[in-house]
Amino acid sequence: MTALLVAFLVSTIAASTPLLLAATGELVVEKAGVLNLGVEGMMLAGAIAGFATANVTGMTTLGVLAALAAGVALSLLFAIISLTLQANQTATGLALTIFGRGFSALVGAGYVGIPAPTLPKVHIPLLSDIPVLGPVVFGHDILVYLSLAILAVVAWCIRYTHLGLILRAVGDSHDAAHALGYAVVPIRYGAVAFGGALAGLAGAYMSLAYTPLWAQDMTAGRGWVAVALVTFSAWRPFWLLIGAWFFGALMYLSLYVQALGVPVPSALLSALPYIGTVVVLVLISRDARLIRLHRPAMLGRPFQARA
Amino acid sequence: MFKIEPRGYESKFWRYASPVLALLLTGATSGLIFLAMGRPAGLTVYTFLIAPLLQQDGVQALVVKAAPLIMMGVGLSLAYRANVWNIGTDGQFTLGAICGGGVALAFPDVTPWVLFPVMIVAGAIGGMLNGGLVAWLRIRFNANEILTSLMFAYIAQYFLVYLVTGPWRDPEGFGFPQTALFSDNALAPRLIEDTNVHIGVLLAPLIAVALWFMLEKSLLGFQFRVLGQATRAAKFAGFNENRLVWIAMLISGGLAGLAGMLEATGTLGQLTTTLSPDYGFTAIIVAFLGRLNPLGAIPAGLLLALTYLGGDAAQINLGLPNAVTGIFQGILLFYLLGCDILLLNRIRWVSSRMRATG
Repeated sequence: MTALLVAFLVSTIAASTPLLLAATGELVVEKAGVLNLGVEGMMLAGAIAGFATANVTGMTTLGVLAALAAGVALSLLFAIISLTLQANQTATGLALTIFGRGFSALVGAGYVGIPAPTLPKVHIPLLSDIPVLGPVVFGHDILVYLSLAILAVVAWCIRYTHLGLILRAVGDSHDAAHALGYAVVPIRYGAVAFGGALAGLAGAYMSLAYTPLWAQDMTAGRGWVAVALVTFSAWRPFWLLIGAWFFGALMYLSLYVQALGVPVPSALLSALPYIGTVVVLVLISRDARLIRLHRPAMLGRPFQARA
Repeated sequence: MFKIEPRGYESKFWRYASPVLALLLTGATSGLIFLAMGRPAGLTVYTFLIAPLLQQDGVQALVVKAAPLIMMGVGLSLAYRANVWNIGTDGQFTLGAICGGGVALAFPDVTPWVLFPVMIVAGAIGGMLNGGLVAWLRIRFNANEILTSLMFAYIAQYFLVYLVTGPWRDPEGFGFPQTALFSDNALAPRLIEDTNVHIGVLLAPLIAVALWFMLEKSLLGFQFRVLGQATRAAKFAGFNENRLVWIAMLISGGLAGLAGMLEATGTLGQLTTTLSPDYGFTAIIVAFLGRLNPLGAIPAGLLLALTYLGGDAAQINLGLPNAVTGIFQGILLFYLLGCDILLLNRIRWVSSRMRATG
């Protein structure tokens, strides 16, 4: 029973990490008033960039950095078209997802079915050996801890710092922020690039720690679940963490129940996380007041400075 | 330094020139990418975009591939005009194929004059059920249709896998994940004997023309356009937004379902685990390349169909992975959206000296 519980908790945290990384990035992007639907594409680009680099150099650190760079590069494509050229953000984000899928499949064609070094698990003497608590809290790889640390820093920044105030001003009223002298478009560029970096890291986690292999479309909609998580959390970091854990648990359970050989067809169990996403979105969205209160008012609206 | 200046009006010229410019830029960029991959750029672009048409039956293959893309693109043109972001047409396509294919498998011996019309209705209903569910969730629960429609695409795909590996699997199929072949009665009627050119090739442009009339010439179409361009004005005018969301989702879903049914019975002849090679995303590009105009979806659908044939040709003749298609499509949509800034703005080169003087 204890072993089962430990396995459940450890796997849930692992499954929730890519969701948490990508969703934290998207949270910052949306707080700045930008909707980037290209998370799935950026994750895939990060996954293959990280995997290919780790495979060629043999170093996971370089892989993680390459994934981060790939995510940023793709997010800047999005920024140029949606922020500088003021194209529709929904459509531009979709273009980014389509491009990222194609790009990763093309680059990844030579990397299917071959191994790469995986991210090592942190081992802290004594602490990691405590029963239950050891493996659950102290037995993960570095990206798991990084994802939690980044979320904490982002939450603190948004709420308590000057930087966070500027970010929220740009997202809630870009005209007022502009009138106060803040450079709306460059600030949004920064937020979008940060989102790209975290989506890239999420991809690296998938291909270097979670799976760990490269397969075409290996993120399987996790980028979209991350976007949904931001809405689910109503743009509040703490609820982002809860949501990521919830979906991580759902993903683990759908695999675990399949392994148990329950007489429910595995294809239907695989659909569970997606059904869960719809249900949760519906539950949270029906509270229109909650959404209105927290949704950045300029979300998805292009900004053009008037002289 | 470049400067973006509002024109103050919409340029008629760039309305039609900007997709052409986007296409040229896409061709040039793809050429550069091929060069970077160590391939001869000219030959690769030629293999990708021109060679498929010169092949025997190339034009037939093109129109067959284009038919579902045009149908889905037409539906999306309508929905996007009203700011209804259905991005899960893949799921509606799959459900249409499942419903139409289900009828075909259940009644293999019914005369085609009865069976096929019933399958058309079943396919459209399959897509409309999915589209309607998305509309209902948006209207009743305020749930964002972008995310729900896409989630249903994943759910529909797993449902299809369940059916073809489970209850609908062909008992004589050696365990392959596929249904039995449809009976001859259930195959989409051919326009040309002994080819794949099925009735969908005729239906797609007819649907495009019909919806063009609806959008441009009817009160309902006017309401769609106003809702998309000026939501507040539409509310003051008393247009029923919810009704328009319903109609947009039912039409775009129904057309995708019809496309799925025709693909299953017109080209595949059975249900397998992979019905749609990402038609759902490609249809989005068709809609934008066609300027969100149902008639524009016809040439746009033909062009995007060509990128599929080109991807296959590049794989066979040059050994490139056919994922090239996805890259080409993504770049095309990027350029399409980016070039549209020329509609309302002009881009001027401002030298640093001019900036200094004012």
